[in-house]
Amino acid sequence: MTWSPQAEGDRMIINLGPQHPSTHGVLRVILELDGEEITRLWPDIGYLHRGDEKIAENMTYQQFLPYTDRLDYLAPLANNVAYAYAVEKLLGVEVPPRCHVIRVICCELSRIASHLLGLGCYAMDVGAMTVFLYCMREREKIMDLFETLSGARFTSSYIRIGGLANDLTPEFVPGVRAFLAELPAGVAEIDGLLTRNRIFVDRTRDIAVLSREQAIDLGVTGPNLRASGVDWDLRRAHPYSAYPDFEFEVPLGSVGDCYDRFLVRLEEVRQSRSIVLQALDRLPAGPWYVDDGKVFLPPKTDVLTRMEPLIHQFMLITEGINAPPGEIYFSAENPKGELGFMIISRGGGVPHRLKIRSPSFVNLQALSVMAVGHLLSDMTAILGSLDFVMGECDR
Amino acid sequence: MNTPDAISLLKARLGDAITETPVFRGESGVSLPRERIVEACRLLKEEGRFDMLTDLSGVDNADTVPRFEVHYLVYSFADRCRLRLVVGIPEDDPVVDSVSGIWATANWHEREAYDMFGLRFNGHPDLRRILMWDGYPHHPLRKDFPVAGLPAELPMTAVEAGTAESAPMAGGPFVAAIGTPSSTRREPRACDTVAERDRAVTDPNRREEI
Repeated sequence: MTWSPQAEGDRMIINLGPQHPSTHGVLRVILELDGEEITRLWPDIGYLHRGDEKIAENMTYQQFLPYTDRLDYLAPLANNVAYAYAVEKLLGVEVPPRCHVIRVICCELSRIASHLLGLGCYAMDVGAMTVFLYCMREREKIMDLFETLSGARFTSSYIRIGGLANDLTPEFVPGVRAFLAELPAGVAEIDGLLTRNRIFVDRTRDIAVLSREQAIDLGVTGPNLRASGVDWDLRRAHPYSAYPDFEFEVPLGSVGDCYDRFLVRLEEVRQSRSIVLQALDRLPAGPWYVDDGKVFLPPKTDVLTRMEPLIHQFMLITEGINAPPGEIYFSAENPKGELGFMIISRGGGVPHRLKIRSPSFVNLQALSVMAVGHLLSDMTAILGSLDFVMGECDR
Repeated sequence: MNTPDAISLLKARLGDAITETPVFRGESGVSLPRERIVEACRLLKEEGRFDMLTDLSGVDNADTVPRFEVHYLVYSFADRCRLRLVVGIPEDDPVVDSVSGIWATANWHEREAYDMFGLRFNGHPDLRRILMWDGYPHHPLRKDFPVAGLPAELPMTAVEAGTAESAPMAGGPFVAAIGTPSSTRREPRACDTVAERDRAVTDPNRREEI
């Protein structure tokens, strides 16, 4: 039995995807068209479903961390950070200030990388190939920085529960400063190529307007919600990590169309740059992990020379971190929106249930409201402006 | 209205149906019978200003009665606070009323809970599987489903199932003619018709064109 929608009257059903350049992964959208106008549509997701929540129930908290890299694979470090804070909330553990600030740097660099890729693909989908190349050029520098930090460009798994994999490497801070010095010129190029570009504005302005009420009703979060004029950013509304210490603006849209979603992301890149600069200036010294052998792996030299760290290491690897029974929800402002983890623990090293509230899943639902009444050719602009990632949507 | 006020409001209107769950890490919640969930949610949205449903999640507790739970996490933009609602659902009648009429976002969340746990939502406008395919026989997040998976038949494509026609291009002149001696004739779109392309492939006497 296969579900397939029926067209009304003489309308036509066509497929967009699952393999289509503008669907940014494997998303299938079934469209009902009246001529060229979209009358109804049904997103068909699940092509990238890997059962992450099931996998999480069968391994320790730390073992699941690399899987979070593969949720929003355009901002792996931001997912790591959100997951680590969720588990730390469950454990009742507070990491040292230096760790908070390094995590903020990781999150904001991820946001810049994710927004650059999102903007580049968006522009390419509506025909501006140059912007894509400029965006990728800037993003590549961030990938190189992540490599110096963690050894991996992409799925870095750099964050640990209760700390980090390692302290900042010597070349990282000068590298970030050099990158941030070059970034404004790169952003200005993107700005100059798109913001007053007649073709880009024509293709995005007043397309797929999402009103404030619709956005909230549909649970849309992140830049897409702020483009609809809702002043809500988790970094502000429910401050976590070191965010209360930094000054930044939360850009808002006024109309909620595709053009506003572009403008909000572009400004967020600039704001993230400002946060990273502040973080580098105020980087505290001190430990970068929780000094608790029941949460964070003790240094290897201690494990080899002392009895207690050896037992801690053995227990952490075999049993995992012993979490108290309880239920928590923690969410972080990820590049795509509110990434939340609901963890139900019955005690022990393995979650009883781990639910991932992924922003792309929720934001994509808005598609069937936003796109109706627009032309088929607007779909590429709408999908680009939503900036979703199927790895996170399908989990 | 902050979270304690919301709990008081629920208790005042729904009385004994509301049981507070223990506060853990500063998060409060209430549990209530499944028959009252729509009433409670409507009350929270209309009088408590909880205008967003952040998350809705099924839970399988396997060894307890009732076996299943649905956890609702509601959020108020005006007051920036969260509240968790928990309803228990028995295994032999896994049905609960849908809240998709109150928050549109519940639509996909409820489809996911149906897909993953087999919970059914009364009054849902379009209760189909969402991550797994139509016709998939299992509910993977149930505790009795093994992490390695269970064998299942893959769905037929729409063309195989006869619910859709193949695209007109398939087998047409836009397909490269592999094996054609002439490199120019081998290109897609080099031949105007299928018949011409077939001749190009099979004709041994055709001379290479430059």
